[in-house]
Amino acid sequence: MSKGNGSSMIRDTANMKVVEGSYAVAHAVMCCRPDVISAYPITPQTHIVENLSQMVADGELDCEFLTVDSEFSALSVLIGASACGARTYSSTTSQGLALMYEVLYNVSGMRIPVVMNVANRAMGAPLNIWNDQQDSIGARDVGWLQIYVEDVQEAVDATLQAYKIAEDAQIRTPIMVCMDGFILTHVYEPVELLDKERALEFLPPFKPADILDPAHPKSFGTFADPSTFTEFRYQQFEAQLKALEKIELVAREFEETFGRNYGGLIDSYQADDAEVLLVTMGSVVGTIKDAIDAMRSEGKKVGLIKVRSYRPFPVLALRKALKDASAVAVIEKDVAIGAEAGLVTDLKAAFYNSSIRVPIIGFAAGLGGRDITVKDIRKIVEKAEAARKEMKSEFEFLNLREEIL
Amino acid sequence: MDLKAGRLVDPCSTRKTLTGAWRTFVPVVDQEKCIKCSLCEIYCPEGCIHQVNGQFVPDLDYCKGCSVCAHECPRTCITMILEEK
Repeated sequence: MSKGNGSSMIRDTANMKVVEGSYAVAHAVMCCRPDVISAYPITPQTHIVENLSQMVADGELDCEFLTVDSEFSALSVLIGASACGARTYSSTTSQGLALMYEVLYNVSGMRIPVVMNVANRAMGAPLNIWNDQQDSIGARDVGWLQIYVEDVQEAVDATLQAYKIAEDAQIRTPIMVCMDGFILTHVYEPVELLDKERALEFLPPFKPADILDPAHPKSFGTFADPSTFTEFRYQQFEAQLKALEKIELVAREFEETFGRNYGGLIDSYQADDAEVLLVTMGSVVGTIKDAIDAMRSEGKKVGLIKVRSYRPFPVLALRKALKDASAVAVIEKDVAIGAEAGLVTDLKAAFYNSSIRVPIIGFAAGLGGRDITVKDIRKIVEKAEAARKEMKSEFEFLNLREEIL
Repeated sequence: MDLKAGRLVDPCSTRKTLTGAWRTFVPVVDQEKCIKCSLCEIYCPEGCIHQVNGQFVPDLDYCKGCSVCAHECPRTCITMILEEK
């Protein structure tokens, strides 16, 4: 496990600019030199591709920007483009990601290394444009890698890292860089924008061994009958497991070039001697760190494990990070309706066949954009402490308003 | 077989990738009754019945067992038999 220094590191503020999160990500994409961008506008993702479209129009970015009729087409276009050897980019959210569902499998099955930012948003119905992570968690099994980021700087840096991970010849798997909609896409905060030259050094050109070329005809994603289909799925599975190492490696390489590190697969905060460990993904990490600071000053041994890589799921890193805790509480912005929720279910599965016996409780929180406050985090920690003696509930909806039900 | 990730193949891959595996019934031609009208060859949606040494023979590497040939044969000399594998 590599440890990030996200909150404590000293940043070179001289190069910082106060920009909108979406602009910062668009700028990062520009520094990755995509050849083809294809996207369809949808709140709260629109500003990212709007900014990219402006960069192309202004001649800042030499790239084909395709405006298409739907998210289905947006992603389908990128299959063809990437198969021809182009570096590709798209961005979407919520219903847009859902409309891509069939294509998501085609992209991963054909081993097309698309990089896509998901501006996490609730799934309708009921109609809701606010942030939660139901959209990308719902797409956890489609064969894409998924990285969740905490703040705008990490969204920028993870986008550059994403290309290096996805395009690796051993991995060749598409990747979603998931950032909380509005909270990160629309916030203005100081960001160190990527330096084009250093990004060029960090990220080699996309040179796939096999491309669609009329001089040497080939087909991608053709028929596989029952005698070989399992093996193709296995290849994808194996590539994701290889990505476990690659994500860590790229995080270290990034630190060498840019001086910033968020951890590779996971990151931790005040975790070493923690009795209660919270586990989460995304921007709520900031609130949790504040809550931990407050509780630590009162002598409570509380810490945090931030999951960056949800796919591949870092089983061994999580076992190592959580093995000494006396209680674990998972806070996540999604719900697996009819079961529990994505992260807590995966985490429990990761522990079941190990020798570690720690109570794990889960909370669906912040659904449809409901705020998660420091007070809420304190309440969760109290419940985790209580679960050490007696587990009253394994899973619950945080702050459920029973009075209106 | 060398499985290239992403199911990447060179042209004419179905020469190597046989597609008859999902067949349940197999067409059997009674060559005595056959009048060589070639309707089975014309109607076969997979294009896999051809005249070999004068006789119409289904290519079982690609035949899906759809029974269109048996249905169209004016002499009803094609029988669909449950294929045991």
